[in-house]
Amino acid sequence: MTIDPDSPVLDVADLRVAFGGTDVVRGVSLRISPGECVAIVGESGSGKSVTARALLGLAGSNARTSSGRLRVRGRELGSAGEREWQRVRARDVGLILQDALVSLDPLRPVGREIEDPLRLHERMPPAARRARVLELLHHVGMPDPDLAARQRSGELSGGLRQRALIAAAIALDPPLLIADEPTTALDVSVQARILALLARFTANGTGLLLISHDLAVVQELADRILVLRDGTVIEEGTAAEVLGAPRTAYTRALIAAVPSGRPRGVPLSVIDRPPGVAASVPHATAPAWPDLGNDRPLLELDHVTKAFEVAGGRFTAVDDVSLSVHRGETLGLVGESGSGKTTVARLALALTKPDSGDVVLDGIEWSRLREAERRPMRQRIGAIYQDALSSFDPRWNVGRILADAMSSVERGAPAPGVAALLEQVGLAASVANRRPLTLSGGQRQRVAIARALAASPDVLICDEPVSALDVTIQAQILDLLDELQRSRGLACLFISHDLGVVQHMADRVAVMQGGRIVETGAAEQVFGHPVHSYTAQLVADSPRLVH
Amino acid sequence: MTRGSPADPRGQRRGRTIRHAGLLVAGAVFVMWAVATLTFFAIRLIPGDPAQAILGGPGSQASQEALDQVRRDYGLDQPLIVQYLAMLGRLLTGDLGTSYALKVPVADLLGAQLGGTLLLALLSLVLAWILALGLSLWSTGRGRIATAVGEGIELTAAALPHFWLAAVLIAIFSSGLGWLPPVATGTAAGLVLPVVTLAVPLAGFLAQVMRESLLDAMQQPFVVSAQARGESTTGVRLRHTVRHAALPGISLSGWALGWLLSGAVVVETIFAMPGLGRTLLQAVTLRDIPVVTGVVLLISLVYVLMTVLTDVSSRIADPRLRQEANR
Amino acid sequence: MSELELRQTTVEASAEHPPTRRRDRLPRIGTLLAAAFVLFLAAATCFPGLVATQDPNQIAAAEAFRLPSLEHWFGTDESGRDVYSRVVAGTGTSLLIGVTATGIGLALGLALGVLASFGGRALDFSVSRLVEVLFAFPGLLLALLVIVIYGPGPVTATIAVGLSTAPGYARIIRGQLVSIRSAQFVESARVLGHSPARILTRHIVPNALVPIFVLATLGIGQAIVWASALSYLGLGAQPPAAEWGAMLAAGRTYLAGAWWMTVFPGLMIVGTTIATTVLGRALARRGRMHS
Repeated sequence: MTIDPDSPVLDVADLRVAFGGTDVVRGVSLRISPGECVAIVGESGSGKSVTARALLGLAGSNARTSSGRLRVRGRELGSAGEREWQRVRARDVGLILQDALVSLDPLRPVGREIEDPLRLHERMPPAARRARVLELLHHVGMPDPDLAARQRSGELSGGLRQRALIAAAIALDPPLLIADEPTTALDVSVQARILALLARFTANGTGLLLISHDLAVVQELADRILVLRDGTVIEEGTAAEVLGAPRTAYTRALIAAVPSGRPRGVPLSVIDRPPGVAASVPHATAPAWPDLGNDRPLLELDHVTKAFEVAGGRFTAVDDVSLSVHRGETLGLVGESGSGKTTVARLALALTKPDSGDVVLDGIEWSRLREAERRPMRQRIGAIYQDALSSFDPRWNVGRILADAMSSVERGAPAPGVAALLEQVGLAASVANRRPLTLSGGQRQRVAIARALAASPDVLICDEPVSALDVTIQAQILDLLDELQRSRGLACLFISHDLGVVQHMADRVAVMQGGRIVETGAAEQVFGHPVHSYTAQLVADSPRLVH
Repeated sequence: MTRGSPADPRGQRRGRTIRHAGLLVAGAVFVMWAVATLTFFAIRLIPGDPAQAILGGPGSQASQEALDQVRRDYGLDQPLIVQYLAMLGRLLTGDLGTSYALKVPVADLLGAQLGGTLLLALLSLVLAWILALGLSLWSTGRGRIATAVGEGIELTAAALPHFWLAAVLIAIFSSGLGWLPPVATGTAAGLVLPVVTLAVPLAGFLAQVMRESLLDAMQQPFVVSAQARGESTTGVRLRHTVRHAALPGISLSGWALGWLLSGAVVVETIFAMPGLGRTLLQAVTLRDIPVVTGVVLLISLVYVLMTVLTDVSSRIADPRLRQEANR
Repeated sequence: MSELELRQTTVEASAEHPPTRRRDRLPRIGTLLAAAFVLFLAAATCFPGLVATQDPNQIAAAEAFRLPSLEHWFGTDESGRDVYSRVVAGTGTSLLIGVTATGIGLALGLALGVLASFGGRALDFSVSRLVEVLFAFPGLLLALLVIVIYGPGPVTATIAVGLSTAPGYARIIRGQLVSIRSAQFVESARVLGHSPARILTRHIVPNALVPIFVLATLGIGQAIVWASALSYLGLGAQPPAAEWGAMLAAGRTYLAGAWWMTVFPGLMIVGTTIATTVLGRALARRGRMHS
């Protein structure tokens, strides 16, 4: 079958999807030519994943889908039945989902999963199919195709199983690939390689529909960009147009919210606040905290090592780590998953005891104290976690959570009221009566910040505080944290896997790899002129939005 | 990083599998030893003189010589610790003592009946699996009504006591319709009602767990992936979700067999089947201690072996369990 | 595994898949029916005279083996006694046995579970091994062993059922306490500088109460089934006591002719088990909704 190079592989007009009377996708139109990459960007709830699935007839049995036109390789599929869709899937359109750990059947060998499309669509003897599977695995850069074909998704690393998932999607060499957040669960170095692999397909003439929340990822691959909000395309154009000269306020806000490359202190959030968030965060004029680095550090880790017993030996999570945070300073700690960042946070909070070395809080070696002695000091150090919801007692409402946090303040110290605390983090006083479960992710994180600040601590530990949030919400939370850190002169240890976020938030940066700190220095120094090869690689792999 | 990175991951995995198997066997041996010990000391709590019991209970007015003779024969004149060690030694050689009531070796008595009871339990297990898998596959993902009906059937089935279900089945199929015999006659027809009685409540339990697991699997992204490769709904069920639904059936089989053996006490009594369960009940009523301990030890042994088997087959069926152990 | 744990897992799972808006009317009807049944049981326990239609012990030889009718809803037995009234009269005994056995099992399970989850590594190890060993007496086996030692009878049977359900309670309670204790919100309270006593009273105990209550609700059904099985085997309550299991045992002789003597007392057992399971699930869902 020959394809006219100019005729689009996908041509959709006015696609609508509704679930039980609620419109989720409201009239999306798009075209993809061979070799072209079209990206749909949007935040959670924008309808981008539903759009991707509807293009394969997979929106679900309770979805009502309609379209003015839905053509794949020129064939109209708007009224296609399940049988017709089954013939289209994999042959004409390949689908790549997020996180292959759950997108591949954990009980079946990867090879069998890749074999499926060959078995279902081609008359091919089993031996030929198996040979083709190995060929495909080799093609997607699997180091040992023979072994990988026999392994299950759980036995492969994140990057390798994503490659296996891609191999299954391209098994029949479909002219169109749909990739729904294909790199979201991956470390940056792995992400960079998967993106390069996808770029290879478009270079060979495959059309690619990329669904992502990450503008920097989109910029690397996309020729055209559609910005989706509440099921509607609110902006569309070439990548340069949309990212360089956005026409709508929402797109501008999305771009502004990307922290990488923005100096400290520049607010990231510019758009309307969600309901339940007070109109303005009080803009405190930053008080001067002079002599940074000269005074005694508020928090110090001094040659700290911590190992855990694991099956088959000891695993050194934190290996001879030294770092210090001063008053009014944010120290950013970056590293990929498994590098020991969270163990550092737990050590700093004296939740685990170091095997050797000391954790010093304002001159006191508090890792050596007994827990009872440590308890009165705990109000001097607060913590914010990635998953705010699970850090709240599920039976309590916001008011009770905050009152409980304030009651730990020793008598005599003036305790701010719950309402005042909520106002400081930009929440309305009425939020006090709600349960965290009924709040949005951003609101929950604000409550978590309010709780951490209830006892007026000097030190704040933030462990991936914005990783679970949409980019515009992330921007608001980062602005709030930055604001509070400056106005209160907090010593802040800010832990994140996201170089952009750390770069925006931190005065100084420490880079962690395999339990060790490989590089440390001023933020602009480390990111601008990395010395250690690992840091240089991280910086190179991190997608950055080029303005 | 100081993580002990092995040169040969597969060899190491094999090593861990062997270690895991070793732990399983050691655990099983420990449990059996503890069961034997617990039983031994528990029966010492029985008020009264065991020698009296052997000679037919307090009413038998046995002579002092006869009592002394029995005490010597059964080693009851020895210190407790010696009796205990002797019991362990005998157990290792498969000697379970002599029945007080029937005066025959317990091992012979039980050996003759183990087969029938195991057959009953295994047939029930298989039937329960089939019923549960069928019900959960039929009722899951087919709309509200099917789900509600499926949930209702499971709930009711799991609430049925064996003795009542047996009675109702006899009333309907024997007394009422006359299709099947009310007592097990040793024929295949005689096995039908006992097997159904044991299987239906178990199927209720299994189906609940299987349906949850199936529902869980059907909501996983790998189902969308499979469909995106062109797999049909039936294909997704056959090649993907059924396995996930069957997993709890496998891992619960150890528990299920123990539950069935305990249920056999009731079912064998009602259907007048020879077997371990009925023997146990008779021994309990007669306070025939060696027989009681013998049956208890035997059922525990079957249960423990089945647990080991279940653990191993679960790990074969679900590679994720192997992963977990490796972490 | 134990029967109780299985009931528990399905409850947890059904609470994890909360019914969608359109579906939740169905379970609600079920919950209402279950609640109504439990209310009936409570009434039959507290005021048997009001709920029954006849004197449960009124012997009338001429009325023997009557089919269910408007006069005798569940028919009559071999002595002409009204089966419905006897079922009502037996409710108190059967429930008392079930609730007491559950109380014994729960108390022991709670003690073992608390020891294992708060007593440190060595205790946790020992208790877990003990529970594992007790599991090797599946189902009624442990109860039968207790009966061999202390002789048959309703009191022994109650204790025996309580003891044999204890390991199941222990393992579930241990698991729940461990998961609450290692929950992020408990660690957050530690970070705030709260004392262990305060964390225990404000977080761990309140969060453990609802699941334990759910567990007890589920356990009552199981305890009634087991206790009546022992009665049926002649090891618990004995005829002519109007306990459900004993009534079933008495009806066994006349099964061929008078099925109603067996069917109706058994239906009460089945109904009670279903009702407690449905209520337990509803409670678990409510608990989850609040959390």
